[in-house]
Amino acid sequence: MKRIKFFLLLALVIFLFSLPAFSGKYILYITIHILILSVFALGFNLLLGYTGLLSFGQAGFFAMGAYACAKILLILPSLLLGTMTGMIAGALAAFLLGFLCVRHTRIYFSMLTLSFGMMIYSLAWKWREVTGGDDGLVGIPRAPLEIPGVLSINMNPMGNYYYYVLVISLVAIYLLYRLIHSPFGLTLKGIRESESRVAYAGISVRHYRLLSFTIAGLYAGLAGSFLPPLENTVTPPIAHWTHSAEPVMVTLLGGIHTFSGPIVGSIVFYIIKDIIVRYTQYWLIWFGAIIVFLVLVFRGGIVIFLIERIWSFMNRR
Amino acid sequence: MIEKLLFQTLIGLSFSMYLWLLAAGLTLVFGVLGVLNFAHGSLFMLGAYATFTFYGKLGLNFWLSIFLSLLCVGGIGVILECLFFRRIYHIDLPYQLILTFGFILIFDDLVKMVWGGVAMIPPMPRFFEGNFNILGRPFPYYNIFIICAGIGVALLLWMILEKTWWGRMIRASASDREMASAIGINIPILFTNVFVFAAMLAALGGALGTPVRVVAPGIGTAMIIQAFVITVIGGLGNLKGAFVGAIIVGILTSYGILLFPIFELFIIFVVMAIVLMVKPQGLFGK
Repeated sequence: MKRIKFFLLLALVIFLFSLPAFSGKYILYITIHILILSVFALGFNLLLGYTGLLSFGQAGFFAMGAYACAKILLILPSLLLGTMTGMIAGALAAFLLGFLCVRHTRIYFSMLTLSFGMMIYSLAWKWREVTGGDDGLVGIPRAPLEIPGVLSINMNPMGNYYYYVLVISLVAIYLLYRLIHSPFGLTLKGIRESESRVAYAGISVRHYRLLSFTIAGLYAGLAGSFLPPLENTVTPPIAHWTHSAEPVMVTLLGGIHTFSGPIVGSIVFYIIKDIIVRYTQYWLIWFGAIIVFLVLVFRGGIVIFLIERIWSFMNRR
Repeated sequence: MIEKLLFQTLIGLSFSMYLWLLAAGLTLVFGVLGVLNFAHGSLFMLGAYATFTFYGKLGLNFWLSIFLSLLCVGGIGVILECLFFRRIYHIDLPYQLILTFGFILIFDDLVKMVWGGVAMIPPMPRFFEGNFNILGRPFPYYNIFIICAGIGVALLLWMILEKTWWGRMIRASASDREMASAIGINIPILFTNVFVFAAMLAALGGALGTPVRVVAPGIGTAMIIQAFVITVIGGLGNLKGAFVGAIIVGILTSYGILLFPIFELFIIFVVMAIVLMVKPQGLFGK
């Protein structure tokens, strides 16, 4: 099982790296979006699946990352600097707001994060001098990747930017995987299972929650910072709470308690969206119906379904 | 300046009443059924659209239109509760929330499909045209009517919950579902009734707003966020808190428009953060 898993993973990575060789601009564009959503949702799942906190305001941190990156790129065209600023902005916002949010759990936590996410949205929408209001920030350059004296890569071809996003995403995903399988990750799971037992063991539950929230914000900021160079604009809707629901949906779609759940969910999300949009402009009706169906009939997610049903079915033979 | 503030308080108070009607249903459903219903704002929107159709398009009597749209949204409430919400009472919170979120997507796009994406305002009923003269400024009759209606609903709710048999059953099952069921209360039917009642309250809010506020897709999602802030400020599942919270949020919003136009939305979140720091369970929470 472990060996097969490893080869599957290797095959997937090789496939991703060779993708620009045989596919057009559109596929690369969609794949970048899948990567962005995966990173976004993985950070979110650190909160939901491992710490047991349902945040409905992650889009706020995503937008912090996107706007910070856009601001930097408009002043100083350096891609790496933009990405790093976005990450830091997301983490910093999550740290400050998390201080208030992690006092609560369950439904209160969800409503709080929702409200604070909307607070960031209202700033993005109304603070015209800084964020450009409802027009957003426009004309953001896809700056070259430059480290003075070492390298300089032009990012204008979609393929190059794809590699940039891919490498950073893979590193981020690997780091998160290690984090979850470290003592830190175990403590988070302990908090999810029984808050009071962890507290009795002399561990500050609140600090761990805050750290988990900050890391989730960092990943949201990173995901957000990939967006402005791709689209050349940032607009307030990315901070809206309906965007916060995207990581929730893909995580539930893929499966909460699995590491790969959010990634599988992101892929399926874009495939479903792409198919429905071809037939109707009102794709959200169908998507909403799919969500309702999933919750009522198919809880647990795709990954669990594959492992428990199909895997055991194949082994039985 | 003081006159300006007083006048703005009255404007804010009339806006509070829409928020109150929405937050009351949200609170009731959460308190009794234990589900936080994101789609509650969509019921508000459907109430507005139904009234717009009956009153603005078909030209029916204003009161009859409101009554008919309450019946329509109540019917939708029955379908929602019996077919869908009933199955999610026992499952985990994330799944509950995401299911109700699915309904927001469905209703928002459905409304766009049927009525189009344009914002619309039907004309004011003739008997509400005209203004009072308060502090030297014109204050519409309609706003006075809204304030009275909101307070009336609050009194009615209090009467129902405290004085009637049905209210006692609701309070009993809110505090202990199993015990209430053991002494012979038919919980499933009671839950359906409460859900429909809450849906009608939301629809009433939307319906009363039609002559003065725009009818557009997305008005539900905008309102539901403010309703959440209200429930956080007032304390979750607490009707008195919801009423006071609605007044606070409504008045602050109207001051915000006057004093800090840029941070108008921002300011209610700041107040929410302050309440949370001082009294995390809300002003009236236990």
